[in-house]
Amino acid sequence: MNKTVNQKAWFFVIPVFVLVAFNAIIPLMTVVNYAFQETFGNNVFMWEGTRWFKQIMLSERFHASLGRQFLFTFIILFIQIPLGIAIALTMPKEGIGVPVCLVLMSMPLLIPWNVVGAMWNIFALPDIGFLGHSLNALGFDYNFTQQIGDAWFTTILMDVWHWTSLVVLLSYAGLRSIQPAYYQAAEIDGASRWAIFTKIELPKMKKVLTIAILLRFMDSFMIYTEPFVLTGGGPGNATAFLSIDLVKMALGQFDLGPAAAMSLIYFFIVLLVCWVFYTLMMRNEEKS
Amino acid sequence: MAKVTLKGLSHSYLKTQSSEADWAIRGVDIDWNDGGAYALLGPSGCGKTTLLNIISGLITPTKGDILFDDKVISGLNPVERNIAQIFQFPVIYDTMTVYDNLAFPLRNRKIPEEEIKAKVHEIAEMLELSSTLNNRASGLTADGKQKISLGRGLVRSDVNAIMFDEPLTVIDPHLKWILRSKLKELHQKINRTMIYVTHDQTEALTFADQVVVMHEGQIVQTGTPVDLFEKPKHTFVGYFIGSPGMNVLPCQIKGNDVIVNGKKIETHQQIKKSNFNKTEVGVRPEFISFSNEGVPVKVLSVSNTGRHKIVDTESETGKIKIIAKSNEDIPSGSAFLKFKKEYTYTYGDSWIIE
Repeated sequence: MNKTVNQKAWFFVIPVFVLVAFNAIIPLMTVVNYAFQETFGNNVFMWEGTRWFKQIMLSERFHASLGRQFLFTFIILFIQIPLGIAIALTMPKEGIGVPVCLVLMSMPLLIPWNVVGAMWNIFALPDIGFLGHSLNALGFDYNFTQQIGDAWFTTILMDVWHWTSLVVLLSYAGLRSIQPAYYQAAEIDGASRWAIFTKIELPKMKKVLTIAILLRFMDSFMIYTEPFVLTGGGPGNATAFLSIDLVKMALGQFDLGPAAAMSLIYFFIVLLVCWVFYTLMMRNEEKS
Repeated sequence: MAKVTLKGLSHSYLKTQSSEADWAIRGVDIDWNDGGAYALLGPSGCGKTTLLNIISGLITPTKGDILFDDKVISGLNPVERNIAQIFQFPVIYDTMTVYDNLAFPLRNRKIPEEEIKAKVHEIAEMLELSSTLNNRASGLTADGKQKISLGRGLVRSDVNAIMFDEPLTVIDPHLKWILRSKLKELHQKINRTMIYVTHDQTEALTFADQVVVMHEGQIVQTGTPVDLFEKPKHTFVGYFIGSPGMNVLPCQIKGNDVIVNGKKIETHQQIKKSNFNKTEVGVRPEFISFSNEGVPVKVLSVSNTGRHKIVDTESETGKIKIIAKSNEDIPSGSAFLKFKKEYTYTYGDSWIIE
């Protein structure tokens, strides 16, 4: 069969192309531009080759913030994924409890990032905040603005509060889509509750959990606003995650070249981890 | 292996019941012998799946008792009842191999691995799954998966009954035949009580020795396939079983005479009483022939199926279908019909008049 050739169809692609160009390609290319050159303003650029990349890759500061970033992301994934599944398992399956739980669960997700940061900042203040004051009253020496451990504890608690719901909602959707016959068959086969969880529920939730882990990985790896408002990256650099460090470098020190190089490395790390994770998760799927 | 008895079983999904329609099943009494093959047949929503789930213990009935071997087991859970059930679509454990799937019910019952191995291989052999034992179950075709579900029921040698809930729904038509004869063969081999729920009359009639026909939550007739065909006890059985179904025509009963369209006809029964709201005559298309006298009709159309002809006719009080031999001459225009007396029944309020 011969296809009709009609080059006019390309015109239909133009709007999308323009849109994507303005919101993705042009800004990204600007960053690429900065990453390979040095500028002293007045639109004068000098070619620097891969100098900024080498500098970033060898910089201890970058290693430290990357390490903090991975640590933070692993901790919150380690807490939020099991916790989210556990909450989804205990949520009611029918009746008035379902909408009530769903609405309550969605609440934290609807609050803007900087509001979450500000809320937790006030909540955790050691002298007047409910959390900070209570902890101190109970005899804990708690001050998230000065002690590294407390700063991490508060940041992680905030993120868990803000985002566990997402895992809960996705897991709940996954659980609800399991046909009752699976549970009935398991009952007849004499399966234990644990066997039902590992042999039916987890495998059936695999796809939504893949999405939940990917989303939580990306979002937590790129986290900026909440810790910025809560701790400002402090005390010292203790909670300066990649984004916070990047903004400091780009806008605080105005080191545009290294900051651009760091942005690109950052971007590729996110891309690489997502790709590896997704490929691993989906490999078995194709086999079967 | 067990004899299954149901006594006065009723179930409603509602908390309070105000009318008959609130009951999913009502007043069901059944006696099924040990080792028999039985079918529950009825249209969607007639309560057959509810009944099956009550027997397996997944649903607790509102009223009535279930007995296995004359022991009341109404309060027991599915594991204690020791039954097996195969569902409409294949239920398999995706992450396990075929072997592990078949071994799962045995492992849950803490049976030694040695014994499990022997049993699984025996069943796999029977179901022709031996070559795929080490494959992941999720990779199999629908009929392969359904065989696994079946196998999980068969590995336990002591099950009281095996229940099938429309197990061939998702199977390709050409494989249905194979799997159905496999089931029949298995039944003869292992001789265990099997209860088969379906809305497909062919499946029910070929599988079972005894078919229970359900309609709106009630049993309308229990009998062999031949009984159901030759002597439907309820007009519903008449037109649900058979293709095309039984012709049901309004009639008047005057004394001992049955009158259809002003013509007196002969029926199987002697009519003694006639205090019904509605009286009807039922006769299958197979048992009607053209004649020189009898019920007057107008021939509407003839369709030839190859094996026989189906003739649509219209009488004063309704349409009548006739099955005629494919080489028979069909009169056009006006004609008269004769009903075979032995297979013509009178129904009062939809139930056969005995």
